[in-house]
Amino acid sequence: MDTFLQQLVNGLTAGSVYAVVALGYTMVYGIIQLINFAHGEVVMIGAMVAFTVINALAPGGLPPLVVVLVGTACAIPVCMLVGYSMERLAYRPLRGAPRLAPLITAIGVSILLQHLAMLVWSRNVLAFPQIIQNTTYTLAGASITSVQIAIIAVCIALMGGLALLVYRTQLGTAMRATAQNPHVAGLMGVDVNRVIAATFVIGAALGAVAGVLYGTYYGVAQYTMGSILGLKAFSAAVLGGIGNIPGAMLGGVLLGLVEALGAGYIGDLSDLCAYGWIADLMGEQCDGGHFILFGSNYQDVFAFLVLIVVLVFRPSGLLGERVGDRA
Amino acid sequence: MLLEARGLEVHYGGIRAVKGIDLAVDEGELVCLIGANGAGKTSTLKAICRLIPSRAGMLRYRGEDIATSPVHALPRKGLVMVPEGRGIFRQLTVEENLAIGAYALGGGDPEPQYASFPRLRERRKQVAGTLSGGEQQMLAIARALMTRPKLLLLDEPSMGLAPLMVAKIFEIVREIARQGVTILLVEQNARLALELARRGYVMESGAITLTGTAGDLLHDSKVREAYLGEGVA
Repeated sequence: MDTFLQQLVNGLTAGSVYAVVALGYTMVYGIIQLINFAHGEVVMIGAMVAFTVINALAPGGLPPLVVVLVGTACAIPVCMLVGYSMERLAYRPLRGAPRLAPLITAIGVSILLQHLAMLVWSRNVLAFPQIIQNTTYTLAGASITSVQIAIIAVCIALMGGLALLVYRTQLGTAMRATAQNPHVAGLMGVDVNRVIAATFVIGAALGAVAGVLYGTYYGVAQYTMGSILGLKAFSAAVLGGIGNIPGAMLGGVLLGLVEALGAGYIGDLSDLCAYGWIADLMGEQCDGGHFILFGSNYQDVFAFLVLIVVLVFRPSGLLGERVGDRA
Repeated sequence: MLLEARGLEVHYGGIRAVKGIDLAVDEGELVCLIGANGAGKTSTLKAICRLIPSRAGMLRYRGEDIATSPVHALPRKGLVMVPEGRGIFRQLTVEENLAIGAYALGGGDPEPQYASFPRLRERRKQVAGTLSGGEQQMLAIARALMTRPKLLLLDEPSMGLAPLMVAKIFEIVREIARQGVTILLVEQNARLALELARRGYVMESGAITLTGTAGDLLHDSKVREAYLGEGVA
């Protein structure tokens, strides 16, 4: 029970970050049917910029919250600029090209950004300075830290804010109209290119914050962190139904939970000595001990397991619409 | 002259879909463009509102050259098209569809549209994909009217509608014209179009083969034979 609740808390924390990153994938996919593989790199750049600023300010004696906020405030515009530039320079010239061309370009942009980050920040890991008093609360046998609470709260706020933007504002309506039919949106006076650029910029801003949260949670940031985080968030977006905004939120949280619970139980489940007949076969190796095949270091496997299962059994995702609905 | 095209050409790959046509619409007119399937009517409309590029020719709207204007700039100038097949945003509500129509003006009041189309008011919170074909056509027209157009391009508004609904839609078009909006109407239903319009153009495999007042065209033997389904008397 303890493991279950604890992993629920951990999964919810990671999952809410995945959800925010997944929004960046799903918004771009929804509007131009492009899987922007470079989005994970935007998240990484957000974390790197924020960590650089936070490390520079940490000795200054400012309140920790202010330091983190300033770091985030620096990361957001940088990521927005990166998001805008990639759309403007890499993807817009390929509008109307066969779908494979922008997809491969996205992979190229991803590699480019990752290596630029390596040149700027080196291969070394940036560590989050010890400035936060991380209080731990105990809740029905599971512990939750103040950082976890903050991460979940910020993610919920971001998702709520995005939902308001997409479903309640003129820009949001234009985004949804463009996603459904860019030609007609243009005929009605919507500057489609601007709406697409705005989508990239908004997704990048969300990614920046997600990068800071993710880095803060694990205490480190590195130029490679975007690839695995990006792939997981992409899996989350597919799980929820790529192109579907509530789907990305749901998919992210579910993926975080699956991953955490999987990591929590995989050790017990793959302990060969726990199975009577195998234990008999193994003989003395099991005398009062364990023989664990897969440890929680296998947790990354679950995201891709989920991806495969979804693609096989429900390619349109949990909340995805039928593909035929797209005009 | 509100709209003037000279030598307008549209190519798809190596195919000349519109072969250098001349066309003019005066302020306050209701002009129709009729012709068979594939004659180039829709291509002409699409070229006028810059949805597809024209290869050659001159295109002027209120004296201004619009041949290089981006698509989204035209509604702001008062030129808007209701596309073939209506092109409503099926997953947006009626209200949101109308809001997109007002996007060019930075927002607008849908009230006048609800007043002319009470059905849309009843369904304003409904997703547009759930409307009937006729209601969708009304929505497409209402959405275009939200841009407060001077020149309205209508592409086959009767397509796929029951006869009763076609009559209703044409009544709406007549009413819009009566309110002073200039209309260029593309129709396959030549008789209805000519009964409504003041002037007409007949298009045939990418060229304009005949033009005149609607009355003359209605009585033209070639038109009667080819487009009104009557043998030559």
